Amino acid sequence: MNAPQTLRAWLRNTQIRESDRQEPFLWGPSGSIGLPRLAHGTCLGGRARALAGRSVLVAAADPFAAALALIELDGVARRLILCTPDLGSTHRRGVIEKAAVDAVVSDDDQDEDGVGLRIRVSAHVTDAVDPPGASRDTEWVLLTSGTTSGPKLVVHTLSSLTAAIRRAPAGAPDVVWGTFYDIRRYGGLQIFLRAVLGRHSLVVSGAREAAGRYLARLAERRVTHVSGTPSHWRRALMSPEARTIEPRYIRLSGEIADQPILNALRSFYPKARVAHAFASTEAGVGFEVDDGLEGFPASLVSASGDVAIDVNDGLLRLRSARTAIAYLGEDRTGLADADGFVDTGDVVERRGDRYYFLGRRNGTINVGGLKVYPEEIEAAINRHPAVRMSRVRGRASPITGSLVAADVVLHAPPGPDEDASFKREILQVCREQLAGHKVPATIRFVPSLDLAAAGKLARHA
Amino acid sequence: MSVRTAVISEVRQVAADQKKTLPPLIDDLVLLDSGLDSLAIAVLVARLEETLGVDPFTESSDAAYPVTLGDFIRLYERAADAQGVASQHADSRV
Repeated sequence: MNAPQTLRAWLRNTQIRESDRQEPFLWGPSGSIGLPRLAHGTCLGGRARALAGRSVLVAAADPFAAALALIELDGVARRLILCTPDLGSTHRRGVIEKAAVDAVVSDDDQDEDGVGLRIRVSAHVTDAVDPPGASRDTEWVLLTSGTTSGPKLVVHTLSSLTAAIRRAPAGAPDVVWGTFYDIRRYGGLQIFLRAVLGRHSLVVSGAREAAGRYLARLAERRVTHVSGTPSHWRRALMSPEARTIEPRYIRLSGEIADQPILNALRSFYPKARVAHAFASTEAGVGFEVDDGLEGFPASLVSASGDVAIDVNDGLLRLRSARTAIAYLGEDRTGLADADGFVDTGDVVERRGDRYYFLGRRNGTINVGGLKVYPEEIEAAINRHPAVRMSRVRGRASPITGSLVAADVVLHAPPGPDEDASFKREILQVCREQLAGHKVPATIRFVPSLDLAAAGKLARHA
Repeated sequence: MSVRTAVISEVRQVAADQKKTLPPLIDDLVLLDSGLDSLAIAVLVARLEETLGVDPFTESSDAAYPVTLGDFIRLYERAADAQGVASQHADSRV
């Protein structure tokens, strides 16, 4: 599909069908909006012009309000930074600095950012009075969970973000999208843009909406297409409301889709096509596999198509028009190599005519779609006075894909009464310093840990 | 200790670790309504693998995901039974 000039222009220039006038287009947890209003109204009290050419942090707590702001500001702002709900205040300051933010759009009245211009976004859309000004190519900046120094800022354009989206054939049946992802994350943003470009309605999930409640809203709107991570889907299948939806298409991405979750979805939703996609914020949408098996066919590698897929030294690399443009700030280096390939950092192994995902090269652990860096957790554990050293690794979890497990070497072997109390104390130290998904699920005391040649802890993917 | 007792005690331990208050632990309790989120349930499954030596989710690639606490306990009881049968079988061959 050719990239639209701006989202607003796309919505204004496409012919609005009679059905589009009747039915709301975006459904949020507490409101909805139709296409004509989305194409012409304002969620910013008519103040979008004040944001022309600015670097705007879109920091609404409500993802529905954020969606409205993104549509109104694409082509107006110079840069839109999509603030994720879990961004802490320390990292937020870093993001504001790195992205040279000079305006904030938010749905609350607390101003702790110290940025000159602050405009309130409201899920209640009113008629816009001023005509749209000249439009520009807006940079879309997504945050990915980075190291302890804060998230990485990944720059896309509307064109790179929409390059994987195909136009639906004429006469195709109606589509209603749902996604468990927050629409400010790459996986969710893809679904949001698919909905806007295809003029399909979308049920937007709330920031902290329970799985059961969201599934009930999806059922109410007769959802046909639903996306989420394998962990989102495992949680969904544990909800009684999972029985209330009948999707035609189920998409998994963001984590390794293992055979048990693919089997469970196939038997739970026998009428649905179940597909797992490889996509990342940096590399964009790579490919989709819908043969019901984990991993991907080896024939995809070096096949001709929109995406060049390469495996080099066990690492998956992708090149396409869908990859991000650059990193913002100090870590500008290293997005694509000289040949335009983005190293995904994912380790794959070929067995027969298929490749299987083994994990991350740098030892990053993916807990339910959230990245965890072992070094940060080791540093927390090592603060306990009895600890000599520790190594944190991922352990497979049938619920969240992976969990954090710690191997700990103590200064002296634990006495019979100390084993349990040391574990409790170490966990306590971790809980005080780390987000819940980073706290080790299990701790094991070991006599020693291997060191690699350079004296660093040996890590395995 | 029965499988049921082991599961219930680990549920209480995980909830206590995460400072969550549990409703009465009856079989019809929907797990996701218990105050334990999916991360807590993942931790629970990992700890039970250490105490009971079984992970019914991973051992069967066709296991249905449990909705209620009763479903969850039965999953472990069946897995423990299957393992007991397997180990008896192994013993008889020695």
